[in-house]
Amino acid sequence: MEEQRGHSGPSETLYRLISTASPLLFLLFWEGLVQVGWLDYRFFPPPSTVLTVFGRLLLSGELWNHLSISLLRVLAGFALGALPAVALGLLMGWFRGLHAFIDPLVAATYPVPKIALLPLFLILFGLGETTKIVTIAVAVFFLVLISTVNGVRQIEPVLIEAGQSYGARGWRLFYKVILPASLPAIFTGLRLGLGVALLVIVGAEFVAANRGIGYLIWISWSTLAVNKMYVGLVTIALLGLLSTRGLEYLRQRLMPWAQDFHTPR
Amino acid sequence: MSASITIRDVGKRYQSRQGEVVALADVNLTVQAGEFMCIVGPSGCGKSTLLRMLAGIGSYDAGSIDLGSGAGGSRPLTAMVFQEYALFPWRTVLENVAFGLEMRNVPRQARRAVALDYLAKVGLARFAGAFPHQLSGGMKQRVAIARALATGPDILLMDEPFAALDAQTRYLMQEELLRIWEAERKTVVYITHSLEEAVLLGDRVALMTARPGRIKEVYPIDLPRPRHLALRTTVEFNRLVQTIWDDLVEEVNAAREQEWGVGPAQEGTARMTPREEKEWKSKEATAAHPKPYTG
Repeated sequence: MEEQRGHSGPSETLYRLISTASPLLFLLFWEGLVQVGWLDYRFFPPPSTVLTVFGRLLLSGELWNHLSISLLRVLAGFALGALPAVALGLLMGWFRGLHAFIDPLVAATYPVPKIALLPLFLILFGLGETTKIVTIAVAVFFLVLISTVNGVRQIEPVLIEAGQSYGARGWRLFYKVILPASLPAIFTGLRLGLGVALLVIVGAEFVAANRGIGYLIWISWSTLAVNKMYVGLVTIALLGLLSTRGLEYLRQRLMPWAQDFHTPR
Repeated sequence: MSASITIRDVGKRYQSRQGEVVALADVNLTVQAGEFMCIVGPSGCGKSTLLRMLAGIGSYDAGSIDLGSGAGGSRPLTAMVFQEYALFPWRTVLENVAFGLEMRNVPRQARRAVALDYLAKVGLARFAGAFPHQLSGGMKQRVAIARALATGPDILLMDEPFAALDAQTRYLMQEELLRIWEAERKTVVYITHSLEEAVLLGDRVALMTARPGRIKEVYPIDLPRPRHLALRTTVEFNRLVQTIWDDLVEEVNAAREQEWGVGPAQEGTARMTPREEKEWKSKEATAAHPKPYTG
């Protein structure tokens, strides 16, 4: 059985090697273009320079100063958005009446880019942390809510029947069947939510912060400190990669039974 | 322990987009305690609806269903085996088999022991820790049967359990089910599309009509037990299959008529509604004169 499921063997290792080689080759190519003068180093500093500046900012604590506050905002906003979204999503998925009541509101507000609400939240909450956290929370909330609702509604009816036929009713049916059956979809929502949280935090910090990775990118651009700007970009990219991988690891630990979702390697 | 079933004048209607549909009308059927009853009938005749009523997960709006008396006068325990297996993908094989006992608050150790025992009976003790997605279709259905039997049901309900399996696996599973049933002698209600399967397994075979479903005829299957696959080659077996088929074919045609407006196939052509005929002709026209390739 297991032999049929994975394709391990020499070919798999080879493909993994190719996937690792492509970003390295790209960086080498870039470095080469700058060195021979075909790319303007003022706008496209060579990767080696970016790496050096990255190390310097890391050691001086400046990078951590920006990174830590961004992380805090993302995590707080993520939790504030995701937890109520999962709870409401489960209820909406299960109770058709509630779904009928709330779904039009969601459908009407979901297409608004959440970053566009930042001015509104600035009026409501001022320039403090609350504004950024709430903006992230709202963006995360919608994605997690929609995934969770779909997760519950797409449960195979026969699983619910099986649960009921063996005596699971009410709360137990929910806890023993509905919830675990929805978990993969909830997890997909969390993953999308985390991605959008990173998107929103950078946008919010561009305009309404004096610390954070987004602020670092923006202020570096404003002062033409292009190297530092690239450090900010690399940091946010690494953050995205790490969070996706982290969630994927968590998913495999918590749900070894669920189908894989594909993450670009 | 097994219980008898008395279904009296049971009816069921529901609303569909086309209006009210009468799914079942005046269904009458009695199943003796310890009897293996097979139900056959055309697609959409309400067999599964009836079975779900027996399982307590479907409602009916006329008549009565009496499941005899279970242990201690409570509702007799039913256990259901679904065509789609309906195993919980997030539970290991062992946890799946123990599910029914868990819902009845049997302590963890006790339900583990019972579940392992039934897993061994279906030959899957080695796979106790596996997840359903790691099993083949036949293995999944054996797990589902173990899950049903582990609850110690008075009545076993089976909804086309082997329909999704390949032919060889189906033969093996039929033999295995016969072996298990002959040891336990539970009351079984078994729905199938296959007349051969019904005659091979059943003490009696009930034939349902096209919608609205009712019991048209009940055939006693007086073939000796224990039964084996070799029974299929006997004259008696085939005579029974043919007898039931002769009565079933009318109902299948009636169901086709309801479903698609298509009557019995005669001389290789099926009758079509005017609308279908029009669509068919336009399709044929397109096939005869395909759009020129303009690349």
